[in-house]
Amino acid sequence: MATRHEEIRADRPIIEMVDIRKVYDTGKVKVEALKGIDLSVAKGEFIAIVGPSGSGKSTLMNLIGCLDTATGGEFRIGGELVKGLSRDQLADVRNRRIGFVFQAFNLLPQISAAENVAMPMIFGGVPAKARKERVAELMEKVGLGDRMEHKPTELSGGQMQRVAIARALAMNPDIVLADEPTGNLDTSSGGDIMGVFLDLWKQGRTLVVITHDMALARRAGRIVEIRDGRIVRDAAVGPEEGAASVSAAAGAHVQGLASTAEQAA
Amino acid sequence: MLMLKEVLYQMLRDARSQKLRTFLTGFGIVWGTVAITLLLAFGTGLKKQMIKSTAGLGDRIGIAWPGLTSKPFQGLGKGRRIRITEEDLIAIRSQVPGLRSLSPEFAGDMKLRYGLKTYPVDVTGVTPEFGGMRNLIPQAGSRFINPIDMEKQRRVLFIGNKLAETVFQKEDPVGKTVILNGSPFLVVGVLMPKNQDSSYRGRDHDQAFMPTSTYRALTGAKYVSNFVFQPAKVLEMKAVSNGVLTSLSRRLRFDPADKEALSVWDTTEQFQFFEVFMLAFTGFLGIVGSLTLVVGGIGVSNIMNVVVEERTKEIGIKMALGARQRSILTQFLMETLLITGSGGVLGLLISFGICSAFPKLGLTDYVGDPQVSPVVALITTGILGVIGLLAGYFPARDAARLDPVVAMKL
Ligand SMILES: Nc1ncnc2c1ncn2[C@@H]1O[C@H](COP(=O)(O)OP(=O)(O)OP(=O)(O)O)[C@@H](O)[C@H]1O
Ligand SMILES: [Mg+2]
Repeated sequence: MATRHEEIRADRPIIEMVDIRKVYDTGKVKVEALKGIDLSVAKGEFIAIVGPSGSGKSTLMNLIGCLDTATGGEFRIGGELVKGLSRDQLADVRNRRIGFVFQAFNLLPQISAAENVAMPMIFGGVPAKARKERVAELMEKVGLGDRMEHKPTELSGGQMQRVAIARALAMNPDIVLADEPTGNLDTSSGGDIMGVFLDLWKQGRTLVVITHDMALARRAGRIVEIRDGRIVRDAAVGPEEGAASVSAAAGAHVQGLASTAEQAA
Repeated sequence: MLMLKEVLYQMLRDARSQKLRTFLTGFGIVWGTVAITLLLAFGTGLKKQMIKSTAGLGDRIGIAWPGLTSKPFQGLGKGRRIRITEEDLIAIRSQVPGLRSLSPEFAGDMKLRYGLKTYPVDVTGVTPEFGGMRNLIPQAGSRFINPIDMEKQRRVLFIGNKLAETVFQKEDPVGKTVILNGSPFLVVGVLMPKNQDSSYRGRDHDQAFMPTSTYRALTGAKYVSNFVFQPAKVLEMKAVSNGVLTSLSRRLRFDPADKEALSVWDTTEQFQFFEVFMLAFTGFLGIVGSLTLVVGGIGVSNIMNVVVEERTKEIGIKMALGARQRSILTQFLMETLLITGSGGVLGLLISFGICSAFPKLGLTDYVGDPQVSPVVALITTGILGVIGLLAGYFPARDAARLDPVVAMKL
């Protein structure tokens, strides 16, 4: 895995999006979900994506995660151009470069937590022995070393999400993507999960997290706000002035788009 | 390892969520397998039994009787008796290509005396080749007539097993001397009991056989009662039979098309009919069984479609985690093959059970014992495999083609 990280030149962002567009064509109507997104994420960044419902956050997430392809613009992940990749090539990119954490956990219910964590490694062709070691290490890391053989239904929501995070880390991806990871959790477990993300950030991971919760977003390094398919704000959260700037942002949020745009500039 | 475990687990889970459907489909596969296997097995058994009882008369032989001519030939009138000597037969032997064995039969009634009792016996003079052609297999410790017996006109007898019982009861006949029409004869062989469903001069177990040379010396007989011949290859029976007819007709001057001058019984004919009959029968049963399996296969395919629908979300998740299309395809194919495979194994087991229980019913003499031959098992397995693959392929392909985003949202 180490070699892959070396491939990426230090100054080259992990995510590079230029004028990305996404149109959903449902036959009757065309929905323009993304209307020209420019986004660049460097290695080691922790980005929170915020925005009202229907603004295009999940659409953007699916594009970054190579689950879906853009209808316009250019997108590179780790320097690799995504356009024109076949289904299986996209599957390989997801397997090697991306770790997903979903709001609904999306664990496979019939198999144990450990087997869930091992799943991406099976698709990635990791040998059984290495897989086993890695699963144990990851389960330990998310604090569930004693829950390896539990089925997802035998775990709490917070625990399930930890398993999902362990699974996301299995192939040591370039980037961890999370869509509303705390959406199905109570405040305290949500805070726990955020804590895990912060730990990962400290260890040098690149994270992109979608959230409705401003309190959580405020703890990330950078907030990207989307409205109606466009980025309306993209600002770093300074460690000290974080709280202040976010409350200002929250204020701007209420006041309207114009002032938000000004602040972003 | 994980994959296989998961596939098994999924199969059980799907079976549980679709109880009735799985049961019906499984039943279809099991029934189809049992049908095909048993049909083929009974076919094999029946054929074996048929060969066995036909073999009682002989090993695919022709039997010829001289008679009266029914057509005029080269100035000779009809109604002439055709008489064949042993020398005639020896002479034509080399003229018929593909002829393996040939033996005259000189037949007559004689009086056999042993101790104080006398028995009327059908006696036939034959050559050593006769034993092989007519499946006269000697019991252990005894033998059939041999070439030295022939050459030296030895007074030796090969007797049927029933005759042996009547005359000697519990005694061992071999080495005993009997008096036949006033001359002493040494019993050298006793027939091994056999299944004989047809004959032309009484059953072999009631008869006594001696060398033709001895018979002719004893009785002064000149002309054969009939003769028996066998081609080297079964398929050449017709040609060899015609060859014998042609050679003899030339030598004895009668019309080769004259069916009454020399009438020939081709014992392979009934066998050929049986072959055709069995082929048609097996074909019919095979088609019925295969159709049942196909219907079962459609059922499996149906289940798999439902399964794919039910598990769309799981498929989406796996795709998000990096599963290639082939992994998804393989998973569902394996599952289908497992369902058809288990049904097939169950069907084969049931068939084996029936086949091994069958001999106890006591019907063996009529229809033989069904046998699940490796070929039968292989054919059934092959058909099942093809059906499983076809049934699984389309649902599996649909699964592999799902859009991950759409699939996960469900
Ligand atoms: N598969 C689709 N087909 C058609 N339109 C779609 C599809 N997916 C999303 N959309 C539309 O695209 C727009 C953006 O949707 P998206 O799911 O990205 O919003 P979101 O920001 O994630 O919202 P939420 O916060 O509610 O999850 C919406 O108008 C939505 O109706
Ligand atoms: Mg969303």
